[in-house]
Amino acid sequence: MSLIDLSGNLLYVAFVAYLVATLLFGGAIKQSNATGKNTEKWGKLAITVTLIGFFSQLGYFITRWIHTGHAPVSNMFEFTTAFGMFIVASFILIYFIYRMTALGLVALPVALLIIAYAAMFPNEVSPLVPSLQSHWLTIHVITAALGQSILAISAVAGLIYLLKVVDVTKKSKQRFWLEAVMYCLVVVIGFVVISSTFSAMDYESKYTYVDKEGATRQIVYNMPPIFGMNEFEAVEEHGMSPLVEMPGIINAKKLTTVAWSLLVGTILYWAIRLIARRRISAIFQPLVKKVNLQLLDEIGYRSVLIGFPVFTLGALIFAMIWAQIAWSRFWGWDPKEVWALITWLFYAAFLHLRLSKGWEGERSAWLALIGFGIILFNLIAVNLILAGLHSYA
Amino acid sequence: MENITCACGHSNPYGTKLCEKCGRPLTEEEKQNKVVDMRYDGTAIRSKTYNKSIIDKIWNFFSSVKVGISLIIITLVTASLGTLLPQEMYVNAPDAVKPAYYEKVYGWFGKFYNNLGLSDLYSSWWFQIIVGMLGVSIIIASLDRGIPLYKSLKNQRVKRHESFMKRQRIVAEGQVTASPDEVLDKVEKKMKEMKYNVRRDGSALLAERGRFSRFGPYINHVGLILFLAGVMLRLVPGFYVDESIVVREGETRAITGMDGYFIENRDFILETHNNTPQGEQLKQGVNVVAKNFQTDITLYKQPEGAIAGDTSNLEKVKDYSIRVNHPLKEKGFALYQMGYRLDELKQMNFALKNKETGQSLGEVGIDLTNPEKEYDLGNGISIKLLVYTPDFSGFDNGAPQTASSAPNNPAFLFKMITPQTPEGETSFVEIQNTIEPLGYNQYEMKFAGIETRDSTTITIRKDRTIPILFVGGIIFMIGVAIGSYWNHRRLWLQVEPDGRVVMAAHVNKNMFSMKKDLDAVTEYAGLPQYTDQLDTIAEDEENASNGNKEEKGDNTL
Amino acid sequence: MDKKKKRLVSRTIILAILALAIGYTVYGTATKDKVELVKVGSEAPDFTLVDLDGEKHKLSDYKGQGVFLNFWGTWCKPCEKEMPAMDRQYQVFKDQGVQTLAVNIAQTDFEVQNFVDKYELSFPVVIDKTKDVMTTYNVGNLPATVMIDPDGKVAKIITGEMTEADIASYMELVKPE
Repeated sequence: MSLIDLSGNLLYVAFVAYLVATLLFGGAIKQSNATGKNTEKWGKLAITVTLIGFFSQLGYFITRWIHTGHAPVSNMFEFTTAFGMFIVASFILIYFIYRMTALGLVALPVALLIIAYAAMFPNEVSPLVPSLQSHWLTIHVITAALGQSILAISAVAGLIYLLKVVDVTKKSKQRFWLEAVMYCLVVVIGFVVISSTFSAMDYESKYTYVDKEGATRQIVYNMPPIFGMNEFEAVEEHGMSPLVEMPGIINAKKLTTVAWSLLVGTILYWAIRLIARRRISAIFQPLVKKVNLQLLDEIGYRSVLIGFPVFTLGALIFAMIWAQIAWSRFWGWDPKEVWALITWLFYAAFLHLRLSKGWEGERSAWLALIGFGIILFNLIAVNLILAGLHSYA
Repeated sequence: MENITCACGHSNPYGTKLCEKCGRPLTEEEKQNKVVDMRYDGTAIRSKTYNKSIIDKIWNFFSSVKVGISLIIITLVTASLGTLLPQEMYVNAPDAVKPAYYEKVYGWFGKFYNNLGLSDLYSSWWFQIIVGMLGVSIIIASLDRGIPLYKSLKNQRVKRHESFMKRQRIVAEGQVTASPDEVLDKVEKKMKEMKYNVRRDGSALLAERGRFSRFGPYINHVGLILFLAGVMLRLVPGFYVDESIVVREGETRAITGMDGYFIENRDFILETHNNTPQGEQLKQGVNVVAKNFQTDITLYKQPEGAIAGDTSNLEKVKDYSIRVNHPLKEKGFALYQMGYRLDELKQMNFALKNKETGQSLGEVGIDLTNPEKEYDLGNGISIKLLVYTPDFSGFDNGAPQTASSAPNNPAFLFKMITPQTPEGETSFVEIQNTIEPLGYNQYEMKFAGIETRDSTTITIRKDRTIPILFVGGIIFMIGVAIGSYWNHRRLWLQVEPDGRVVMAAHVNKNMFSMKKDLDAVTEYAGLPQYTDQLDTIAEDEENASNGNKEEKGDNTL
Repeated sequence: MDKKKKRLVSRTIILAILALAIGYTVYGTATKDKVELVKVGSEAPDFTLVDLDGEKHKLSDYKGQGVFLNFWGTWCKPCEKEMPAMDRQYQVFKDQGVQTLAVNIAQTDFEVQNFVDKYELSFPVVIDKTKDVMTTYNVGNLPATVMIDPDGKVAKIITGEMTEADIASYMELVKPE
C-alpha cells in the first residue's frame, strides 16, 4: 500500500470512528437519562473512540504531508478536511476541561459534515503554485484553521444551549431560526448525497458559453444542469437540458449544485420530519434536557476566549506577514482578507457584548451561531463565489 | 457634582457604584441587586460623571461601550459590502473605463455599485472616518475605564463590608469551630500554595491572583491604536513607496522610487511542474501548474554624488534571483516578482528574395532595440530602413503610425537596393502583410524568423511603518493573550472572634477554575460550603417558569 | 487651574489631536493618487544625458539660462504636434538665453533620429535610455514640460499639449533678466 493510499484509508477510519463516537455519546446521554449508572462507562468509551478517530486522521494528515511534501492545507479538499480535524481536536480539548458529554453529540456530527463536504472536492495531490511555496502556508493556514475550530466549539455549545432553552412546542422566532439551523445541516447532507450519487454515476454534460467578459469558454457539469450558463450551447448533453439560462455574471454550474443540494436537502428534511412526526430540533431536545446551562454558557464564552487570540494570530497577523512577503503588501482588501477581518470584528463585538448585561446565555448562544456562520461563509462562499486571490481550489 | 460619602466615612467620586474603601453598594440599583456589577470594580467611569460642555458630550459619546460595539458592527457591515463585486483595484481595465466596465459586466447593479462608491469602498473618505471613529472610541473608552480601574485595584482594602461580600456571585456564610487565627492561617497557606497573593488585616483576609489580566484589554487596545497609527503614517511622504516597473531581458533601467539604483534583467525563468493532470483535475480543466517565476537580476547603484541619467560608473550591488515569496531586500526596499510577459519580439529576420525565382540574396536581422539605417549585404545589395514603427497602428497622411514604444506589432518601410534595381524598390512590411506603395516590386523582404525575449514586472516597496505595525501587532497579541488566558481571582474572608465566617469570591471570567480553587480551600480549611448565586437565581427562575422541581444539572452532561 | 478646567482642556486636546489625525488620513488618501512632478519652486534635479550626436547635456551647465525641458515620445500624438512650434520658439529664444532640451523616453536611436529629421528639429534631443531622468522628474503622462529658471529652480510644470502662444509665454517666463 502506497503512502497516499494509506493516508486515504486512515481518513476513512477516522470518519467511521467519529460516526461511532457520535452514537456512543448519544448512548451515554440516554443511559444517564434512564439510570445514570453506566454514564461514565459510555462516556469513556465514546471519548476513546473519538481519540482513535482523531489520531487516525492525524495519521492521514501526516502521511499526506510526507507524500506531497507540503502541509496538506493547499486546496479546498485538504483545508476543509483539516478544519474538520481541528474541530475534533478543539472538542477534545474542551471536553477534557469541562467533561461535558453533550458537546460530542453536536461537535462530532458537525466535524463529520465538514469532512464529508470536503470529500466532494477533488482529492488528487496537486503541486503548489509559486505563491504557495512557503513555510508560511503551513504556519498561517494551520493557525487560522485552529482558531476557527476553537471558535466553532462556541457555536456547538450555543446550539446545545438553544436546543435546551428554546420552547419548540410554541410558535416563536427562536423556534423558527433554530429549526432553520437544523435545516441547513440537512442541506449539507443533501449536498453530500447528491454529489456522491452523480459522481458514482460518472455524470457529465459539456457546454460552451460566453463569459462575462465576452469570451467563449467550455464548462463541464457533473450534475444534470438545471441552470444554463450565459448563451450556452450543448457539446455533449446527457439526461436533461438546462431549464433556465443565467446571465454572464452568474456561474450556473455552481447554482445548479446549490439547487440540487437544496432540493435533496428539503426532501430529506421533510422525510425526517414526517417519519419522526416532529421538528428536528424537537428530536434532539430530549438528549440535552439535563445539560447545565450555566456551564454551557461558560464553555461558549471560554472557547471564544481561547479561540480569538489564536484566530487573530493565524488569520490576521501571520496572514499579513505572509502577504507582505508573497504579494508585497500585508493587506489588500481581497475578499478572503475582508471576511477574516469581519470574523475578527464580529468576535470582538461578541467579547465586548459579554461585558454588557443581558448578553450572556441565550443571546450569546445566537451570536456564537452567527459567528460560525461567518466562518463557514468565509470558507465556502468566499472561495467559491467571490473571486479573489485565495481561490486556489 | 458632589462626592458620595459612604457609611464607612470614605468620600467617593460621583458615579461610584461600590465604595472604594469598604465595597458597600452606593447606588439604589446596586442595593437592589443580588449580585453586584463588578465589571470595573464599581469605580466611577469618568465619562458618566460629567456631562456639561459639548466637549464632554463628544467625549462621553466615544466613551460608551455601546457606541464602540455599534462602530464595530458598522465597520463590519460596510466592509462586507465591498466584497459583493470586485473592487476597482482588482478589475482588469484602465482607470478611465472602469465605471463603464461595472455597468457592462454587472448591469444596473454594477452601475449603482460604482456610483455609490462601493467599488472603491476601502479608500473612501467615509470608510476611513468610520474606522477612525472606532479608533477614537478605543482610545477614549480605554482611558475612561483603565485608569480608574488601575487605581481602584491598586488601593484595594483587605476588609470589605458585609453588604459587599454578600452581593458577590460566590458567597459562603457559617460558623467554624476552630479558632479564627487558625482558620485564617490555613486559608493563607492554601491560597499561597495556589499562587495567590494574600494580605491580612485583623480578622479579614484577601487572596488575589492574576490581577494583571484585568489590564489585558487595555494593553491590546494600545497595540491596536499603534497599529492604526502606523497605517496612518504610510500617508506621510517618505514612509511608503509602492511602484511597479517592467524590465525586459537584457535591459537596464532606473528603479522607480529607489533613487540612484538600477536593475538589469539578465533572465526571466518560468518553470512548470511536470505534472500530468489526472482524474478529477482533468475533468475540471486543471492545467499544468506553474512551479517557479524567477527573474535573475543585477542590482546597480550610482556612485555617491552622481546625477540622474549618469550611468557611466554604475557600481554592482549584487546578483539575485527574485522569486515569488523571495523578494530582494536592499536598504529598506523590497523588490518583488509580480508579473511577466513571455516572448516579446526582440529581433526580426528577413530574407531579400526575388519574387519570381524565389532566389535569396541574403538575410538581415533587425534588432528591434537598435535598428540600423542601412544593412549592407555586399555586392551592391543593401537594405535601407526608412521607417520603423514598433507598434504599428495604421497610416496617417501616408505615414505609418505607432501606438506605443513596445514592439507589439512591428512594421518597416524598406528600400531594397540590388544591382538590378539600383534606384531601390520600396516595400512596407508588417506582420503577415506586405504593401508595395510605389508599384510592383521585383524583390521582397520575406519574413525569416524571430528572436524573442521575456519581460518581467517588478514591484518596488518600501514601508517604514512596518516596524510600528509589527510592534503594534505584538502588543495586541500580548494584551489579548493576557486578557483571554489569565483571569483575576479574588477571595475575601472574614472570621469574627466568635467563629462566624463570611466568605466571598470574584473572578472576571472562567468561574469553573475558580470553583476548583474554592473547593480546595474550603476542604482544607474547613470553611462553610459556598453557593453560586447565579445558579440559585437561574434555578429560581426555572422553578418559577416550570412550576416543577427538577434536579440540578450535573457537569458530566 | 481647577480640576474641571484641567479636565476640559485635556479632553479638548485629545479630541483635537484625534480629529486632526482622521482629517489628515482622509485628506492624504484623497490626494494620494495625484502624481506630482517635481515641486514648483524647488531645485530642478540635475541630470546628464547624451544626444543623438553623442554629446553630453548636463542641466547644471545651463545655469544662468532658462531651460525649456520637454519629455516626449514618438508614439505620443500631442508631443508630435507641438514639436514644430517648439522648434520655432527655440529659434526665437535661444539667443535670449532660453535653452530647449527634449528628453525622449527610452526609444531607439533610429526612431528618434528619424523623427528629428522628419521635423528638422534644431534643438538638442536626448534619450533617457534607463528612464532615470523620467523617474527622477516623476513623469507620468506625455507630454510633460518643466520650465526651469536661470537659478535652476522649477518655475512651472505643464502636462499636456501646448499651443505655440503657450510655449512663447513659458519661455518668456524663464528668460534671464
